[in-house]
Amino acid sequence: MAIYESQELRKPPISQVGIVRWLRVNLFSSKVNVGLTLAALYMLYVIIPPMLGWMIFDANFNFGEFSFLGFEFGEIMATNDNCGRAAACWPFIYEKFDMFVYGFYPRELVWRVDIVFALAASLFVIVRLVRNYKYKNKVLLAMIIGFPIASFFLIGGGVFGLEVVKTHQWGGLMLTLVIASVGIIISFPIGVLLALGRQSNLRVINFFSTIYIEFIRAVPLITILFMASFVLPLFFTGGISFDKLLRALIAITLFQAAYFAEVVRGGLQAIPTGQYEAADAIGLNYVQKNALIILPQALKISIPNLVGSSISLFKDTTLVLIIGLMDMLAMVNMTANDINWLGRETEGFVFVTMTMWIFLYSMSRYSKKLEVRFSTDHKN
Amino acid sequence: MKTENNNANIIQISDLNKWYGEFHALKNINLNIKEGEIIVVCGPSGSGKSTLIRCVNFLEKFQEGEIIVNGIQLTDDVAKIRSVRSEASMVFQHFNLFPHLSIIDNLTLAPIWVHNEGKEEAREKALKLLDRVGIKDQAEKYPNQLSGGQQQRVAIARSLCTSPKIMLFDEPTSALDPEMISEVLDVMIELAKEGITMICVTHEMGFARKVAQRIIFMDEGQIVEENDPETFFHHPESDRLKLFLDQILTH
Repeated sequence: MAIYESQELRKPPISQVGIVRWLRVNLFSSKVNVGLTLAALYMLYVIIPPMLGWMIFDANFNFGEFSFLGFEFGEIMATNDNCGRAAACWPFIYEKFDMFVYGFYPRELVWRVDIVFALAASLFVIVRLVRNYKYKNKVLLAMIIGFPIASFFLIGGGVFGLEVVKTHQWGGLMLTLVIASVGIIISFPIGVLLALGRQSNLRVINFFSTIYIEFIRAVPLITILFMASFVLPLFFTGGISFDKLLRALIAITLFQAAYFAEVVRGGLQAIPTGQYEAADAIGLNYVQKNALIILPQALKISIPNLVGSSISLFKDTTLVLIIGLMDMLAMVNMTANDINWLGRETEGFVFVTMTMWIFLYSMSRYSKKLEVRFSTDHKN
Repeated sequence: MKTENNNANIIQISDLNKWYGEFHALKNINLNIKEGEIIVVCGPSGSGKSTLIRCVNFLEKFQEGEIIVNGIQLTDDVAKIRSVRSEASMVFQHFNLFPHLSIIDNLTLAPIWVHNEGKEEAREKALKLLDRVGIKDQAEKYPNQLSGGQQQRVAIARSLCTSPKIMLFDEPTSALDPEMISEVLDVMIELAKEGITMICVTHEMGFARKVAQRIIFMDEGQIVEENDPETFFHHPESDRLKLFLDQILTH
């Protein structure tokens, strides 16, 4: 028998670190890998330079004259004709920017929409600021209830002397954001209830939740939008006219609720039976058990999929153009038919793509942060 | 043995039968437990011992027979089930702490939400209980930051938070590393001394010998033998118990 002395800690061998090592391991580790790396490099070479040329180097950025600190810049704004066809003509976007963002919203009233945008942005800041505040939950609740109401009246008007702006004047990015956020926010609680319903032991509730979810999931959103737009009014013959936007919102909410329900159900299934039993054993009732024990855990696990589903919905909102709502994508088709800017759809689509990307990538990053913050592991 | 209607019995189980689908899991169980009694239930796995104590606080439904806990007969009535559950607390094999809540919140949940106690009052009581199980300094941590033994002690403290008359232990040490078993058993022995009624499903024969007033041996869904520890270990009657004791004591 022997006794061993405790060993010292050492740095890893030099071959385990450094950039050369990284390249070898990640890009050139085998013949196949070398081939794939070279193929990827070639593809980047084929795609990137022309793309940058079209978008930036050969593109026209001539937005007109402006002065800054007393210096004059630029020349008269480029028109469709002196822009050339080989590269992007960004003055088109510059001139139609308001159309893309606000649609046909009266120009003199867009400050109201801007306030809503500013409020939305400040929500994220407030959420950060109150993180350690004692009445955090009350502040958050007030925000969740207050913001949509304030936004509705700011955009729609009709109170405090604000001029009414009919929904058919709403459009562009603003409309996209309204549809997406209303769809996401309202369908979420419905989705949670449906998920609980589908897990329920009560046969009737279980049955109807399942039927609802499976029916909606088996039908494309376009179909539901058409139904809501053309079939729903048939049921209300008594002169009640449904707002077109409201119909779209109802359709999207009902659609998204079914998807959220399935995502949440996935989270519910990941909760061990022990959690249900422990909650039962300490005497919690059904509502307490779900509100205090099960849902907080299930929703945390579901964050990535909830955000994924929300991102899908955000993209799907572009479908509303087929029932005649003028969202951001519809505005591209609209503005590219302007006699002065014929044939500039590409710029418009690139702009929409980038805008969508900025919003959706931010959502995705935000969900990553939420995951970390709400992590229930508490391992350290 | 037929149930006598004795008021001193805090738990009366008569002619209890339970099936899982076709499988007859509990066969004609009759058992009376007096207030303050310490019962150990043992037996091979699948013998129905966990199912039995899970029936006592209605985590499992049963099809025939009756269970009366502290004068309340168990039926489907939700209110009755809930009041039985606050009289008979359960400690689980896998602790089943709530991982998203801190230790102190795990403890105060039931007092605040089920028994309408004030936050401060509940917190004070919880800290006392944590002190009793020896982990007061971990109150603000989360379950996953504690060792298995500490988690199980938290679970015991959580069960005690509602001041139950009966504690049900479902193999409380089976999921623990060997070096942590004794810290949990010590807490249970302390409890036993304080006169709380305990039913304990366990394989810890040392514990059974030390604190049990009666040991019940189950096999294939039936109570096979029931005796005081001395007789149970030294003069087992049935062959099945002899075989069982042989298997668990001879290594």
